[in-house]
Amino acid sequence: MAVTPATPATPTGGLARPAGTPWKRFRRFVSRWSLPVYVFVAVAYLALPVLVMIAFSFNDPTGRANLTWNGFSIDAWLNPLGPAGLGDAVLRSVVIAALSTLIATTIGVLMALALVRHSFRGRAATNLLVFLPMSTPEIVLGTSLLTLFITTTQWSFVPKGLLYPLGMSTILIAHVMFNISFVVVTVRARLLGFPTHLEEAARDLFADDWTTFWKVTFPLILPGVVAAALLAFSLSIDDYVITAFTAGQTTTFPLYIFGAQQRGIPVQVNVIGTIIFLTAVAFVVFTTVMSRRQRTDPVDSASIGTKEE
Amino acid sequence: MSAFFRRHPGAVAWLLLAPGLLYLAVFYIVPTIQMFLVSMQTGSLGAGYQQTFNLAIYPQQISKYWDEFVRSVVFGGSATLLCLALGFPLAYFIAFRGGRYKSLLLFLIIAPFFTSFLLRTISWKIIFADNGMLLGPLKDIGLLPASFHLLATPVAVIAGITYNFLPFMTLPLYVALEKVPISILEASADLYAGTAARFWRVTFPMALPGVVAGSLLTFIPAVGDFVNAELLGNPKSQMIGNVIEGKFLKATDYPAGAALSFTLMFAILAAVLIYARLAGTEQLYGAKA
Repeated sequence: MAVTPATPATPTGGLARPAGTPWKRFRRFVSRWSLPVYVFVAVAYLALPVLVMIAFSFNDPTGRANLTWNGFSIDAWLNPLGPAGLGDAVLRSVVIAALSTLIATTIGVLMALALVRHSFRGRAATNLLVFLPMSTPEIVLGTSLLTLFITTTQWSFVPKGLLYPLGMSTILIAHVMFNISFVVVTVRARLLGFPTHLEEAARDLFADDWTTFWKVTFPLILPGVVAAALLAFSLSIDDYVITAFTAGQTTTFPLYIFGAQQRGIPVQVNVIGTIIFLTAVAFVVFTTVMSRRQRTDPVDSASIGTKEE
Repeated sequence: MSAFFRRHPGAVAWLLLAPGLLYLAVFYIVPTIQMFLVSMQTGSLGAGYQQTFNLAIYPQQISKYWDEFVRSVVFGGSATLLCLALGFPLAYFIAFRGGRYKSLLLFLIIAPFFTSFLLRTISWKIIFADNGMLLGPLKDIGLLPASFHLLATPVAVIAGITYNFLPFMTLPLYVALEKVPISILEASADLYAGTAARFWRVTFPMALPGVVAGSLLTFIPAVGDFVNAELLGNPKSQMIGNVIEGKFLKATDYPAGAALSFTLMFAILAAVLIYARLAGTEQLYGAKA
């Protein structure tokens, strides 16, 4: 579809230069640029609340509410954990996110290996059980765990104080539960289309199962495991709904935000939010650069034969 | 040991699966059953609850909060349709015209997830404020009356939900569109299919798996959401999630909360199964066409 450069159309030149009339040029202009412009607007729409959050971390609010712009200040950045209870809440969120990521990733990777590498009866049922928590609304997961935790006070076989009163342990239990499915799905996607001939080669070279796993299988699935762990960490540190039902009197960072929301959110919350955002972005950029570098290594890319993505 | 596993290959699988299956059984299946049992209890937090298998609570609670159920479906459904309308062109552009900006664009779509969704929703509160950065200038130039407001309206709630779940819709759409081979589009163009025919008879049917996955990923959490209604809505725009939250955390009326929560889960599961079946057959037709 080669288009001749447009010159002002004359009545007789209409056939020779079909794309020449101003109207047609306008329509071509619109059809070429409407989608890119739309994408630009949509990306700006997605970014806007994040930019507002960052901007308001530099606000100097008059009252307690940080909802209107009043003036530039870096006070909150100099004292990010100033408001009472905020530091503890952030620390709890980080601890729970780290522990739930560790546990859920371990459990999930084992499940994903079994689901992809082994044939066994009950695979369909297992897949369903992994799928169910992801297709259940968070509020249902949270409330059902709450009813379980409350009822365990009447069960003599559950040690007293283990699941009730609610607290760090019950939040952790809940976060591991919703993270397992996401880990399984992420790692399973990486394992599909996995080159088994490399493992066969390792066995031909007299590597035992254990060595084959750690020297061949694990390095190959590591990017998938890292992706799953990152996903689990970010889901856990950001979770409000399930945590609200399983926390009791304990406050995590999202619970702190929601609680502060009624009486006015301190500027420091935006500072912490910005720090979490920038850390996550840095992490993703770092892992992307690392995997790009790995891919340019000719031996590696040839042997793995993974597709881009 | 190794010899045992070689003789029973299934045993390895079950060993790998055991921790996860056990965990999901104890902390997903048991709580679900427990919630069903709690829903049929009578009593109060002070006096204690008795298991009375009071099934009458279901019709009673459902009719009492019918409006909230309907509102949840309407809000969740509208947000899902909006996400589809907004997400499809976005995914289409990235898949077919992204070029070397593909990774960057995908990153920009996922990036909002790196911030707390509560903070993002509160940002909308700032943006939508009565004299804030969006409505303020429009009112100044007289495009909107001074009394106009967005916050505390259903529109704000739907907009908030749409914003929150747009990436959930866009990414599966992108994955599906990415798989559409350019050669098929070229072939249809060679056979004189116009732009519209090419889109509706080739591109869209081939993107259907993405549409199905994306709308499920959006609709399920959107129907159960209560945070947007709480932060951006008003008491009259409450969704069923707000009611359930109130029953459990404020009123401590566990049986009623459990009954509503169980109903929500059951309704969504039924809707998902029906939708998957309908979409599944359509997909088949799409592939044949």
